[in-house]
Amino acid sequence: MKEILTKLTRLYGPSGHEEFVRDAIKEMVEPHCDEVIVDPLGNLIAHKKGSGPKLMLAAHMDEIGVMVTDIDKEGFLRFTKVGGVSPHQLLGQRVVFKNGTFGVFGHEKLDDIKDLKFEKMFIDIGATSREEAEEKVSLGDVAVFDRDLVEAGDRWIAKGLDDRAGCAVLIKVLQELSSSPNDIYAVFTVQEEVGTRGAKTSAYSIEPDLGLAVDVTLVGDTPKAPTNAVALGKGPTIKVKDALVLAHPQVKESLVEVAKSHGIPYQFEILDNGGTDAGPIHLTKSGVKSGGVSIPCRYVHSPTEMVSKTDMDNAVKLLKAYLTSVQV
Amino acid sequence: MLLKELSEAVAVSSREDEVRTLLKEHLSSSVDEVKTDRLGNLFCYKGWKESQPKILIAAHMDEVGLMVTKIEKDGFLRFQPVGSLDPRVLVSKPVVIGKEKVPGVIGAKPIHLQEPDERKKALDFKDLFIDIGVDSKAEAEGLVSLGDLVAFSTEYEELGDGIVKGKAFDDRAGCAVLAEILKRDYRLGLAGVFTVQEEVGARGAEVVGKTLEPDLTIVLEGTTAADVPEIEEHEGSTKMGYGPALTIMDGSVLPHRPTLDKLLKIAEANDIPIQFRRSTKGFTDAGSLQRGRGGIPTVVVSVPCRYIHSPACLVDTKDIENTVALIVEFLRSVEQEGVPS
Repeated sequence: MKEILTKLTRLYGPSGHEEFVRDAIKEMVEPHCDEVIVDPLGNLIAHKKGSGPKLMLAAHMDEIGVMVTDIDKEGFLRFTKVGGVSPHQLLGQRVVFKNGTFGVFGHEKLDDIKDLKFEKMFIDIGATSREEAEEKVSLGDVAVFDRDLVEAGDRWIAKGLDDRAGCAVLIKVLQELSSSPNDIYAVFTVQEEVGTRGAKTSAYSIEPDLGLAVDVTLVGDTPKAPTNAVALGKGPTIKVKDALVLAHPQVKESLVEVAKSHGIPYQFEILDNGGTDAGPIHLTKSGVKSGGVSIPCRYVHSPTEMVSKTDMDNAVKLLKAYLTSVQV
Repeated sequence: MLLKELSEAVAVSSREDEVRTLLKEHLSSSVDEVKTDRLGNLFCYKGWKESQPKILIAAHMDEVGLMVTKIEKDGFLRFQPVGSLDPRVLVSKPVVIGKEKVPGVIGAKPIHLQEPDERKKALDFKDLFIDIGVDSKAEAEGLVSLGDLVAFSTEYEELGDGIVKGKAFDDRAGCAVLAEILKRDYRLGLAGVFTVQEEVGARGAEVVGKTLEPDLTIVLEGTTAADVPEIEEHEGSTKMGYGPALTIMDGSVLPHRPTLDKLLKIAEANDIPIQFRRSTKGFTDAGSLQRGRGGIPTVVVSVPCRYIHSPACLVDTKDIENTVALIVEFLRSVEQEGVPS
């Protein structure tokens, strides 16, 4: 798992530019699947054939980033966000563009740090003129946090764990699942961070009988955190709701049953803010029973997201057991 | 001239008949088949069934406007916006109401009667009314009814060198570009779709996205030109006269990068000016068209327009010509090399 996660979190993959992540995942899962295809929006669909109902699992490949909207004559870049980025998370950070160009953040003079907004900020790539900057970046180019994975006890800390952690879990499941009576579609989706867009089109094509999002979820286990019962290290979560879906009761209950019968720790995910790919999946065509299994994650959408190793291992166990035994 | 006719036609969202009729008459001899769906989207097909690859090009017919929501006892009309409108652009503007195009003027309390504090506040929809020159509710009801749509009454005029003034260039500029594209012949399948109800949430396109499954979709828009005073250089969007603008991202879509790269190359090879739309705000038909079914590579190409969503917009006709040239050259390249990937 460490090897997979180190590799995946290091890769560049903001919404709309998931190709490096896709190529890496394709290589890891292809030997374990009957068919792996890339659809028109760039979703990677890994199919493990079975005679039973169609199960769709979705983990998104994309991460948040910042997009260049202007290059001034001194070579400074103005930018906007791609996905849920907060201005204060950017201060002091280093970002990297697809071609390897590094950038750091600066801001105009502010009377009060509360006035910090994207409009007042810029990226400095070390260029001294517009011409020099334009050799390295172009309007519309996107940069992501530059931060390698480290270990801290039972925890992993990295950028992009949302949702490379989910991707890693899904990869492990595909690699370790020897056979299943069900027809399994593991979809590594694009453009989740800008509005769960890849899941919408892939679910349309697959038309699954059951859908599961495999994403990270917010926790409430840090000092004076917003109320949230989920904690790191207490097991993967079984989705009850997020901002885009109410998990189908059968999906939720069958996941609980499997967790109990296999002695896998679990928690319930009741997420007020933030949606997942389960949202568009459950509204596909005439409707799909959907839910999710999530990995608790601290500091989501920061360069230092944190997850628990045992939670990830247990998520793999839960999904393997579920895919083998579930009846839709 | 088609742009003049398109601009002066009235087509507030859900009442796009005038523009649709105009386009149908203009295009029926240039395309194989013209169809209107149940929501009013107009489909113009050229080689669609028999040829590959299939390209969908869309522009929306509707414009922002107002809807009559109350008739006061003295015959003044209250209204709500249809689409996103800044209430500050409305006062003292001439308008036309309903199918019969009853003329009216948007009124407000005159300056002489305002308290000093009131003069400092921007007028909101609730402070405004339409005056159609009647004295009573009964007289007003003889001319208009609740739910009637209201459009700006703006004459199309030429100003300066190739610049024109008119209303609704968002998206009649796109309609004019698409109409011109449809007059040429191609060795590929082309569906030119003029959509309805974009300004109220890309509703026509929602249905179109579920109807057609092309290999590539191009959305043509009239978009904000922010090359005016009071806007900082880095906060701008597009510049009038600098050619078609490619969207890098907006609220509804991340465009298909290989197609953007191809468009940039084509512009360079053919000496067509081109720019990026640097604002990432707003939405278009592109989202619904990209994701109506299994996913379609989609891009947005816009004609820069100053003062969109107001009674008087400006557009540079050279930008319109260059947008036509860019898309036609692009379609020629698709005939040879297929859809960029």
